[in-house]
Amino acid sequence: MIKKFFTRGYVFLVLAFIYIPIFILVMYSFNQGKVIGVWERFSFIWYRKLGEIKDVVFNTITLAVVSSIIATILGTLGAVGIYYSKGKLGKSVKTASQIPVVNSEVVTACALVMLMIILGLSHRSIFGLYVGHIVLSAPFVVLSVIPKLKQMDSNLYEAALDLGATPFQALFKVVLPEILPGVFSGFMLAITLSLDDYIITATLSPLDYDTISTAVYKAIALSTEKASEQVPIYRALTTIIFLITVLAVVLMNVRSNKKVKNNGKV
Amino acid sequence: MTEQRKQISRTDFIDDKKSVKRGFTFSRKQLCIPYGLFLAMFVVFPLLLVVYYAFTDSTGTFTFINFLDFFTDMTKISTLVISVLVAMLVTLICLLISYPVAYILSRMNQKTAFVLLLLFIMPMWINFVLRAMAMKEFLSLVQLPLGSFANIIGLTYDYLPFMILPLYSTLIKTDRSLEEAAFDLGAGKVKVFTSVTLPLSFSGIISGAMMVFLPVMSCYVITDTFSGSTGFTVIGKLIAWCFLGENGAMTNVNGGATISLIMLVILFGTMLATGGFKKESTGRGTNI
Amino acid sequence: MSNNSKEKIIELVGLTREFEDGMLAVDNVNLYVRKGEFITFLGPSGCGKTTTLRMIAGFDKPTAGKILLNGKDISDLPPNKRPINTVFQRYALFPHLNVYENIAFGLKLKKVKVTYQDSQGKEIEKIEKLSKTEINAKVEKALKMVDLEGFEKRSVSTLSGGQQQRVAIARAIVNEPKILLLDEPLGALDLKMRKDMQLELKEMHKKLGITFIYVTHDQEEALTMSDTIVVMKDGVIQQVGTPTDIYNEPKNSFVADFIGESNIFSATIVGDRKVRFIGHNFDCVDDFAINEKVDVVVRPEDVILLDKGEGQVDGKIINSIFKGVHYEMVMQVGKTEIVIQSTVERKVGEQVSLLIKPDNIHIMAKEFSTNKYDGYITKHNTVCFGDGEFECDVTQLYKGSILDEDGYLITEDGDKIDLTDVDVNVEVGLKDIEISDHEEDGGAVGNIVSMIYKGDHYQLIVRTSENEEDYVFDTEDTWNENDRVSVIIKKENIKLSLKQEIKR
Repeated sequence: MIKKFFTRGYVFLVLAFIYIPIFILVMYSFNQGKVIGVWERFSFIWYRKLGEIKDVVFNTITLAVVSSIIATILGTLGAVGIYYSKGKLGKSVKTASQIPVVNSEVVTACALVMLMIILGLSHRSIFGLYVGHIVLSAPFVVLSVIPKLKQMDSNLYEAALDLGATPFQALFKVVLPEILPGVFSGFMLAITLSLDDYIITATLSPLDYDTISTAVYKAIALSTEKASEQVPIYRALTTIIFLITVLAVVLMNVRSNKKVKNNGKV
Repeated sequence: MTEQRKQISRTDFIDDKKSVKRGFTFSRKQLCIPYGLFLAMFVVFPLLLVVYYAFTDSTGTFTFINFLDFFTDMTKISTLVISVLVAMLVTLICLLISYPVAYILSRMNQKTAFVLLLLFIMPMWINFVLRAMAMKEFLSLVQLPLGSFANIIGLTYDYLPFMILPLYSTLIKTDRSLEEAAFDLGAGKVKVFTSVTLPLSFSGIISGAMMVFLPVMSCYVITDTFSGSTGFTVIGKLIAWCFLGENGAMTNVNGGATISLIMLVILFGTMLATGGFKKESTGRGTNI
Repeated sequence: MSNNSKEKIIELVGLTREFEDGMLAVDNVNLYVRKGEFITFLGPSGCGKTTTLRMIAGFDKPTAGKILLNGKDISDLPPNKRPINTVFQRYALFPHLNVYENIAFGLKLKKVKVTYQDSQGKEIEKIEKLSKTEINAKVEKALKMVDLEGFEKRSVSTLSGGQQQRVAIARAIVNEPKILLLDEPLGALDLKMRKDMQLELKEMHKKLGITFIYVTHDQEEALTMSDTIVVMKDGVIQQVGTPTDIYNEPKNSFVADFIGESNIFSATIVGDRKVRFIGHNFDCVDDFAINEKVDVVVRPEDVILLDKGEGQVDGKIINSIFKGVHYEMVMQVGKTEIVIQSTVERKVGEQVSLLIKPDNIHIMAKEFSTNKYDGYITKHNTVCFGDGEFECDVTQLYKGSILDEDGYLITEDGDKIDLTDVDVNVEVGLKDIEISDHEEDGGAVGNIVSMIYKGDHYQLIVRTSENEEDYVFDTEDTWNENDRVSVIIKKENIKLSLKQEIKR
């Protein structure tokens, strides 16, 4: 009993370390004042001012969604190709695919800057930014699709051919439905990585182009006049993101619980 | 009106021409060509450029001067050393905090453990810089001054979940009967832990450590946030500085390439030393 | 009809498949299959039967040779263009589709060429897909065939193994293939289920009238179901014949051993229609040259047990098991064990005598190109075989391995292996044996029992006294029969292979 108390106590202590700063942020997002620690009055003022950062939020989401879609398509094709190629081609693509996973983001970003210079392009461009995000996330799509391919009965593809499907039909009608969960989790991972990224965005984006990461960085690290004005708005934004996350997690759990129940019935 | 036509024969139709032209030449492995080309263009080639720029000066002639510059500049050297030390320290702290958490969770009833694990991972979906902001505001609330200590807290705060996940997934996979066997053979609780559980979770420790150690060395966002006026920074900042400069203008491509190359050597050295390449993926790819 | 049944539907001509690593999975296979036949490829795993099937289906391309379907070469045709369907080993049902959708998969992709006549009498050709009602009717019919009416909407994951098997069969036959390939389709079922399905498949074959090509490693299954059996080993066809032929007249010791229970002895022809094994000269009906090394097969039910002294060879019963209809007993003669089936029980320990009638001794020519022995590795990394012990190179057991200073084998992957007492197959070529008058020179000692002049050299046989192990080799020197000599084999001439993978 005592042991249980201590172990649970420890886990909750670590959770407290993680959540207290977030809760304080959430709390003060409803404060009329700007300064943390000085409670003035309950207010939605910072939520009303969210419009001021709507461009930043829009940029972040567009970048994440578009780059993730491209990364998912490239990565899924790549994973299928790698998995079915036993020769050099597959191996070398697989190795190259590991590089961005291991490599530091700073190096990835700076190497891309050098590429832009060599290609004679501006080293800060929307193109470079998207390429950077795809480089960052596509390997993770590959990593989440390959296990699904391994789990799949290797005869399914051949069975489809055997029944008269062309290789393309077999891939679309049989292989794709089978690996879809892996493709989806790869896509979600790509979104997460893109939303979370600071370094690649900061290095490759056009100077007037801000995502949440770069905007908040300017507000808290550089503490420029205009940027620190916006800190309380970002508290409101954090609160909203946190709520969305909680909602998504709860929904996901409810759905998977339902699934388990349904399977149990049959 | 519609039934003007009368069916007079019906045979199976197999389109032979297509099969020769397209069907058989297509193979599944060709699907990795677009991705392969993408990687060659945007991953492999840029890395070769890093090497090229590291060994040339601004006029494009071959030189070692960039390395000489780096290794004779005491501030750069000390930043490198400090980065490695800080990364080690943060990794160690994260490990010490996370291991008991992961161990306790892996020994719990699975449903509770899953909910708790979600609680640990959930903050990862809040933007990384926003999390740093939350910690910074918390520190200002408790009136802890910015500086190296604040940095350690900030780094630990941001990277802790990355450590818990791989540790948990290794510990949950270990065969509990091995521990029972050790008990059965007369080992005490401590002995069982040190001689069975800990060695078996080693791969989780390694991948967790990689997930923290490598990014911390280059993560200048956190140090910029928590250093205040102390000027404490990591090696990643030096690289970024060469490219970003004061106003995002490039200052020193060759210098940046040189530090990048040194960074790469450290990264791949660490990976080789810990056997990180042998595994299918680093823990960052783990999804639950 | 009788003419039709003799028509060759598929013909394999010099069919060869070499894998990327140089392994010959299928080696120059020539075979034809008659229309409507139930033919079975039988052999142990890795014998090339599945690879042959995969080439017929189109999943693997032959590296040499041709596959003719009704006389037309289809080697380059992809699987989706072949009128052949497969029932896979683990069924390979599409998990995301229900039973109906699985069976209709092929039909939905199918196209037919329809010729219409319009009002003016002109003929118009159109390529159409099958209509929904047509597909429905076909699926219903197929489901009825496999006794699964009413299962249309069920998800395949909720079906039992046997039901999944039936869906897999329905999915294949619904396309009305010319040939149905079955790759160990019953392997995943339990024994009872398997027996039922064997009969059902046989029944289905009769009803459908299409050619079945069946692959299995289960000899009983092959004997029960097939019209023709093709026995394969190491990518080579060993024998083709009806089940009766294969059982009664095995062409070599491998077939004899693989089909049914049998006693196989290494024997030597010692006279006109006389063959020597287990220390006795038996009369036989086959005519072979004197001193030729042969294999002898005797079925357990063909050995007659008599009281001691009354038969040809005496021995002792060392094991006896009741098998329902008969007793299966093991008799020991010297070091040899002989399996015997009889309805009369002899007790363990009883001294008995055996009798084998000449026409029950089936003699097969031995292709003698190398000496083969069963051996084991000693703790000094030498190898024991043929009543002797020889120096050898154990690193050949694992590609790229080396020996460490303690005598452990280190594999390419860095695994450490202790080889002591590991069973190995030993091969020594005919040119790789030397003999010496000094007994201490070699690893084994024996007497020269035969010396045959072969034009430019002698072929000698040295036989050890202990277990009558023979060393056959070619030499240009002359020796005298009955000389006592020792056998010398150079380290590099001893070829070793593992009997089974060592668990690390």
